[in-house]
Amino acid sequence: MKVKQYKDVLSKPLIEENPITLQILGICSALAVTSNLSVTLVMCVALTSVVSFSNLFISLIRNYIPSSVRIIVQMTIIASLVIVVDELLKAYDYETSKKLSVFVGLIITNCIVMGRAEAFAMKEKPFISFLDGLGNGLGYSVILIAVAVVRELLGAGTLMGYEIFSLVSNGGWYPANNLLLLPPSSFILIGLMIWGIREYKKDQIEPNEFKLSGHATAPDLRKKEANV
Amino acid sequence: MNDSIIKTLTVSFLVCLFCSLIVSYAAVNLRDLQNLNKLNDQRIKILKTAAIYSPNESIESQFSRLTPKFVDFSTGDLLDQYGDYDLNTYDPVYFSKQPSHSTPIPTSEDIAIVKNKENIGKIYLLKDSSENLEKVILPIRGYGLWGTLYGYIAIDSDLNTIRGLEFYAHKETPGLGAEVDNPKWKALWDGKSIYKDDQVEIEVIKGKVDPSNKMATYQVDGLSGATLTSRGVTNMLVYWFGESGYKETLKKINYES
Repeated sequence: MKVKQYKDVLSKPLIEENPITLQILGICSALAVTSNLSVTLVMCVALTSVVSFSNLFISLIRNYIPSSVRIIVQMTIIASLVIVVDELLKAYDYETSKKLSVFVGLIITNCIVMGRAEAFAMKEKPFISFLDGLGNGLGYSVILIAVAVVRELLGAGTLMGYEIFSLVSNGGWYPANNLLLLPPSSFILIGLMIWGIREYKKDQIEPNEFKLSGHATAPDLRKKEANV
Repeated sequence: MNDSIIKTLTVSFLVCLFCSLIVSYAAVNLRDLQNLNKLNDQRIKILKTAAIYSPNESIESQFSRLTPKFVDFSTGDLLDQYGDYDLNTYDPVYFSKQPSHSTPIPTSEDIAIVKNKENIGKIYLLKDSSENLEKVILPIRGYGLWGTLYGYIAIDSDLNTIRGLEFYAHKETPGLGAEVDNPKWKALWDGKSIYKDDQVEIEVIKGKVDPSNKMATYQVDGLSGATLTSRGVTNMLVYWFGESGYKETLKKINYES
């Protein structure tokens, strides 16, 4: 029974309850760091480790956190983890850390991390919280990697910096699509993914918050008059 | 009962203490490695400027092919000694910010908006196995559109032909001014000349260079959409190769070799 629960926690956020496409969280970094696959991979590892460990540590002390300062305590833990990740990157992968620049630091404000801490780790046991963080980090990674593959391949003709399509500007046949190297293109790509997933998983489609009415200016006017 | 004031304060204090310990432990332990990365990054740029960089060899051993020298900007002399400073670790950009080691440049002369110039600079000489001068690598800097561009320029042993140009730090717009990092644009510099009749004539022009023009060897294609960055690069070269820059030094190197 427990094993099934663990599996669910780990696998559901991959597609079904994906933090990006269902909850629409963490979009900022999804736009910013996906123009190059190798940078994206580092970002995914960074975010996944932060969200897993923040879930683990917060869950460990969840019974001692006074509710009046719980958000601050969570933020302190998340921020510390992000700083450690940033320092590690600067020490062991300087090139990528230069390209990621502020976006590693901005993991602190990534809604996925905060959201999982508040929604899951504050209630559940440490191990399952860790798995939940891992699952959500991987769910984020799945989308980011997919976006990055499309953007780098069609935008620059390369993957991980290796040439796949030879570009016209280098004497090849492929005219690079520069739109895909600009951040707005990931909006379009993520939009298409959300559409695709919701076609396949109909229950994700949200009911309209309000119904669009037909052109009804004339009857409305009359109604107003009647009220007066 | 978790919410009593004492408990709130204790938990907050303990969390802060624990987190700060971890963060400072990471920062202190990784600092050496990070500084080494920064240093190597700059060294790679210098090696790339000199066009002798190969990613497979250790940076340390490649870098040892270069001979650093102090430059006294007031006389143009090359020095091996300056106070107690170590030639290998001396950082001219750091000393340009120390009032006791730098001189403010008069606004009328300061075309590249360098503001303060270090009294003693540092350049690199690349010599072949029989001690003949191959290239000179000079640090340059100057204002572009958003901030100062920091880079290195390599010139040939004739002390007039550019062999390479690299920027290691700048704040220019990606896709426009940041194209100063574009390998194709950087390749345009190879073979261009700086001085004509003792005047700095090298210039980043607007648009493409017309090869039939007799000034073509002093001109480099402009970066499209980045007029101010292009102008910044020109100003920087005019300043650093001018009287207050390396002009005297280059003459002395020429005389020695």
